[in-house]
Amino acid sequence: MNPRRKSRLTGVLAIMLLVAGAIYMVLSALSENMDMFLTPSEVIQGKNGTVPKQGQRLKVGGMVIPGTVTRDEESLKVAFSLTDTGPVVRVEYEGLLPDLFREGQGIVVTGTLAAADLVIADEVLAKHDEEYMPPELAEKMKGIKHVKPQDATY
Amino acid sequence: MLAELGHFSLALAFLMAVALAIYPMWGVQRASQTMMALARPLATGMFLFTAIAYGALTWAFVSNDFTLSYVASNSNSALPVYYRVTAVWGGHEGSFLLWVFVLSCWTVAVARFSRAMPQPMVARVLAILGLIAASFYLYVLTASNPFERLLPFYPVDGRDLNPLLQDIGMIMHPPMLYMGYVGFSVVFALAIAALINGRLDAAWARWARPWTLAAWVFLTIGIMLGSWWAYYELGWGGWWFWDPVENASFMPWLAGTALLHSLAVTEKRKLFKSWTVLLAIAAFSLSLLGTFLVRSGVIVSVHAFASDPTRGLFILGILAVTIGGSLLLFALRAAGLRSLANYQPVSREVMLMGNNLFLSAATLVVLLGTLLPLVHKELGLGSISIGAPFFNQMFSYLIGPFVALLAIGPLSRWKNQSLLALRGQIITGLLIAAVGSLLINWQYSGIEAWALVGTLLALWIGVSTVQEIVSRHGDGQAGMQSLKRLTPSHWGMVLGHIGFAVTLMGIALTSHYSVEKDVRMAVGERTELAGYQFEFNGVTSLQGPNYRGQQALVDIYQDGEHIAHLRAEKRFYQVQRNMMTEAAIDGGFTRDLYVALGEQLSNGDWGLRLYVKPFVRWIWAGALLMALGGIMSMLDKRYRLAQAKTNAPVEQLQGQTV
Repeated sequence: MNPRRKSRLTGVLAIMLLVAGAIYMVLSALSENMDMFLTPSEVIQGKNGTVPKQGQRLKVGGMVIPGTVTRDEESLKVAFSLTDTGPVVRVEYEGLLPDLFREGQGIVVTGTLAAADLVIADEVLAKHDEEYMPPELAEKMKGIKHVKPQDATY
Repeated sequence: MLAELGHFSLALAFLMAVALAIYPMWGVQRASQTMMALARPLATGMFLFTAIAYGALTWAFVSNDFTLSYVASNSNSALPVYYRVTAVWGGHEGSFLLWVFVLSCWTVAVARFSRAMPQPMVARVLAILGLIAASFYLYVLTASNPFERLLPFYPVDGRDLNPLLQDIGMIMHPPMLYMGYVGFSVVFALAIAALINGRLDAAWARWARPWTLAAWVFLTIGIMLGSWWAYYELGWGGWWFWDPVENASFMPWLAGTALLHSLAVTEKRKLFKSWTVLLAIAAFSLSLLGTFLVRSGVIVSVHAFASDPTRGLFILGILAVTIGGSLLLFALRAAGLRSLANYQPVSREVMLMGNNLFLSAATLVVLLGTLLPLVHKELGLGSISIGAPFFNQMFSYLIGPFVALLAIGPLSRWKNQSLLALRGQIITGLLIAAVGSLLINWQYSGIEAWALVGTLLALWIGVSTVQEIVSRHGDGQAGMQSLKRLTPSHWGMVLGHIGFAVTLMGIALTSHYSVEKDVRMAVGERTELAGYQFEFNGVTSLQGPNYRGQQALVDIYQDGEHIAHLRAEKRFYQVQRNMMTEAAIDGGFTRDLYVALGEQLSNGDWGLRLYVKPFVRWIWAGALLMALGGIMSMLDKRYRLAQAKTNAPVEQLQGQTV
């Protein structure tokens, strides 16, 4: 092997190593930071046959059941129940709720599963749109009619 | 009546765009001067008729014409006039009208400021812009018509503009962003024209650079405004959420930044030609992708406005044709774009190539993180979400080597550079940066490793920028003299890099040393946070034009001294029945104090969110410096010199380029 080829070979090998390393880093970062997006039914009954484990990080999108919001008298702790017309998941959160958090509203919480039906949330999001519902939830709750502006009766 | 006029002139603009897409291109093929000469008037006509359409819609908003479905859904008679003017782009239909309007502005700008370009080139570039415009006019006219009437049953009043958009940041953000997005269409058109032409030389790069810089400056300011708006308007105190909508604007920015640097090499050294063309295609394709992601509703985002899934397919079609067509053309013609110059493994060329690799890698990371959830779901594998930690982790890996190239690149020479010769400067730079970084981080309790690294990198960029000026122009008195002789484009680079360092510094410090606290407070109560005492002094009521609300009075003390009086608002917009938080911020050079009002709790206490955010303003200040750098670069004389020189011998140039 002449020196020119040799240096080329090392170059190609180095690039391949770099690329492999980069792919490995991307994949490991992905697997660490990918949140499952589930509906309350899927939290309880599992999705594709796998029930989420306790301590797992997940995102749950559902509708806040009216009348289930309870607040702590001393702190900013709040708890409420989420549903997608099936089983119910309880959510506990400490902090300020978003402006559009309302009973009956579709929201998304991010947190860890503390018990089979309990999520300790560290983030609660409500979309800045009155008709918002997580798409997964909207699919499950078909039959709710969305009225287009041109058909609306004011 | 005016709305019909608007609709009609939009249709005329569409016809002009079609003509613009066909005639000049055909003219180049037939070498017909008259057909090529049609390009400029057609571009002007397209702009004028779009402006009329845009004016008509604006007038419908100002005059509260609720017979228009779009006005009725996005405005209200109680809305202040300035918000009615900006409500034009508050929804889907109007924002697309703004899109085509901005495109017609860029087209007419190219027609006006392209005297230096040979006529066939102008004809081709304008024709490609016309083709892009025609497809979007078709979309607006068939699928997203803002002039639709609600007759005979129209509402007496409108549904009001989304309260989130009733804000100064939102007045400016979308037009700036669109100017940036759509601005990349110019360099895209130039790249496609060069591919068709089969010639790409330094003159081409000199035409492309100011246009790319202009688009990049707008995009930088647009993203900065969006981030600033999210910071004070969403009430979460965050400045970047890695939300798909933000990512959609960040990807073209990354690709555009890479393009700027690659173009510099193409101009100075006639290298990286096909790579430059590929980046130009990528930057515009990513802008289109951004439009598609934001406007079609395919992606779950907490702040995607005005989305409509049923119409997404049309944009997806435009996107597919643009990417597919241009890449096909690239595959066929790129082999002709030869780069001839030589360079050694350690040289400025290679450093810039590295910069491009890292920026492209960053673009890919953002693209992956944004699209993977979508692909995952379409494959039937269930819904996932990729959160901020993924992006943060990936960008922390990328930033170190990227900054190293940024610091060493400008110091090194074209063609060949001995690393040994730079050793002194690199070691000095790193040492100064390390000491500075330790001193800055010392002030905060519990020093964070990543903050230390971030500030070190930012300071290193600063030091090496100074070293670069000194090494080229000498120091001391002579240095001050030669500072004046620095060309505007050199100043552009200096400001751009310093701006990046300032932003990086802000990000490193605010991400790691921000203190946040959600508290429950009774009137008169005090809370301590990072050395500041926040005193809650009750809530008063508030009445605005289209909202009512409450205002929390908070006084902030430091070491017993009163330093700020803040009024954090919670507004209730009556028409949309929406609650909105208006955070109160005491801005400062080294820290922001931030208060947002939550709800009233059962026993009369209030929920409050308090933040102390060090150096957060630096993030946006740095972005402004970068934009300023871009403007400086654009002002460089050589872009105009080239015009004066090439004005006369038109015939001769045509002979060369056809």
